[in-house]
Amino acid sequence: MTSSSTKKIRQALGFLFLRLCLALVLAAVALFLADIISRGSSSLSWEFISQKPRRGMTEGGIFPAIFGTFLVTAVTALLAVPVGICAAIYLNEYAKKNRLTRLIRLSIRNLSGVPSIVYGLFGVILFVNMMKFGTSILSAGLTLGLMTLPWTITASEEALKTVPNSFREGALALGATKWQAIRTNVLPYALPGMLTGTVLGLARAAGETAPIMFTGAAFALPFLPKSLGDQFMALPYHLYIMATQHHDIAKVRPLAYGTALVLIIFVLGLNLGAVILRYRLRRRHKRF
Amino acid sequence: MSDQPKIEAKNLDFYYGAKQALKSLNIACHPRKVTAIIGPSGCGKSTFIRTLNRMNDVVAGTRVAGDILVDGSSILGPKIDVVELRKRIGMVFQKPNPFPKSIFDNIAYGLRINGMAGSREHLEEVVEKSLVEAALWDEVKDRLKDNAFALSGGQQQRLCIARALAVEPEVILFDEPCSAIDPIATAKIEDLIERLKSTYTVVIVTHNMQQAARVSDYTAFLMLGELIEFDETKKIFTAPSQKMTEDYITGRFG
Repeated sequence: MTSSSTKKIRQALGFLFLRLCLALVLAAVALFLADIISRGSSSLSWEFISQKPRRGMTEGGIFPAIFGTFLVTAVTALLAVPVGICAAIYLNEYAKKNRLTRLIRLSIRNLSGVPSIVYGLFGVILFVNMMKFGTSILSAGLTLGLMTLPWTITASEEALKTVPNSFREGALALGATKWQAIRTNVLPYALPGMLTGTVLGLARAAGETAPIMFTGAAFALPFLPKSLGDQFMALPYHLYIMATQHHDIAKVRPLAYGTALVLIIFVLGLNLGAVILRYRLRRRHKRF
Repeated sequence: MSDQPKIEAKNLDFYYGAKQALKSLNIACHPRKVTAIIGPSGCGKSTFIRTLNRMNDVVAGTRVAGDILVDGSSILGPKIDVVELRKRIGMVFQKPNPFPKSIFDNIAYGLRINGMAGSREHLEEVVEKSLVEAALWDEVKDRLKDNAFALSGGQQQRLCIARALAVEPEVILFDEPCSAIDPIATAKIEDLIERLKSTYTVVIVTHNMQQAARVSDYTAFLMLGELIEFDETKKIFTAPSQKMTEDYITGRFG
């Protein structure tokens, strides 16, 4: 056998392996989605997403949980997006490239690997007890915000790194201050990447249970929250209750699947929104 | 006073960390003349030109000693307004670096950040004048709204020159402006430099000796951070006083 045909066979085998890996991933996602959709779609109705639960959750809808998840995600975004972007700008543009900066960056990466229950308990101590926000949307949102920060910082910093240095130098050479150069000639081009990473982080936060179960989420509430100081119902926590803690699990199973489906749609919707936003921002400036 | 150099480096030392990149340079750049800096790779040409508008400030761990005078006063030291200095001393980089904006907005950028934009009419006037001065107007006047990335490499470099001209600098520094573009585009930029020197002080770093011979009035030859010879270009290329200069320009090394 000639060496050139050996090389070709090796390449074919290599590609085959890569394709198999991709197929495996896609199959897992497809199976998962198919299962949830087939079991959950029968519960989906206008009533399901617009009504309160009735009769000990065995009937009615999940509107309070949707509303609560929406609110708590907004609080999360309010903390994680601006602080994350600012921290990333500082780290990438201003901080000296020394050992301390590297240590800070390493710590941030490590924080993104801390289990969410640890954040949850930390949130109880810091926000619920010390800052006296009580178990509330505010406490839960801030806890989720803390958990999301490492993700938004890292994603934003990566986005800043993709902006060529020649944009910074070009602006400086025209008499821009450092901040002008960053604001007008770096940030606009990093923004699409920042948003994508940030929204991915938020989507992950929206689906978390552990950080909110001690900081503000409630199993059932007669009223919708009226302020950020109130407790709230949330989709992931509702799902957890319906799937494992309810007194009549078999009966509420379809509702649990319906809740799961709504949660997935919420998260995918966030991601889709990020994709559209990025696409529109990118079209404004041609890619460098 | 017409003999006063526009820019004067005096015993200029420059360090990257512990490594000395420039050793006690003395170079004077005269108004309305082109001064070329030549020398083999790594000789400190780019480092030198980047000290003139303090672009090296943004590189961590660098240190400068000696002095640089512009119109007779020092531009080193913490009290100097670097932002104002860079407006006076424009720079064109090695690789064309248009911003991902329209051609118009590229030129307007410097005016906007410096608060020089004024009315829309004034802005349009300056954009046109700068593009005319950079010999690009005729090629782009019908597509000022197009993205600058759609231009060819040579056009992009002239755009960058126009962008530098728009903020009304006194000096223009060219850091190997033709190393990333083709010969025809190079010829256009050389013509342009020839015309610019009637108004501006020009300093150009180049690894292309023919280019230095064609465009410059004075030439400085650097080797390993040291100034080997600095004289009128005519003299450097016909009767250099140093053996090393002769060896370099005749292509024996470098």
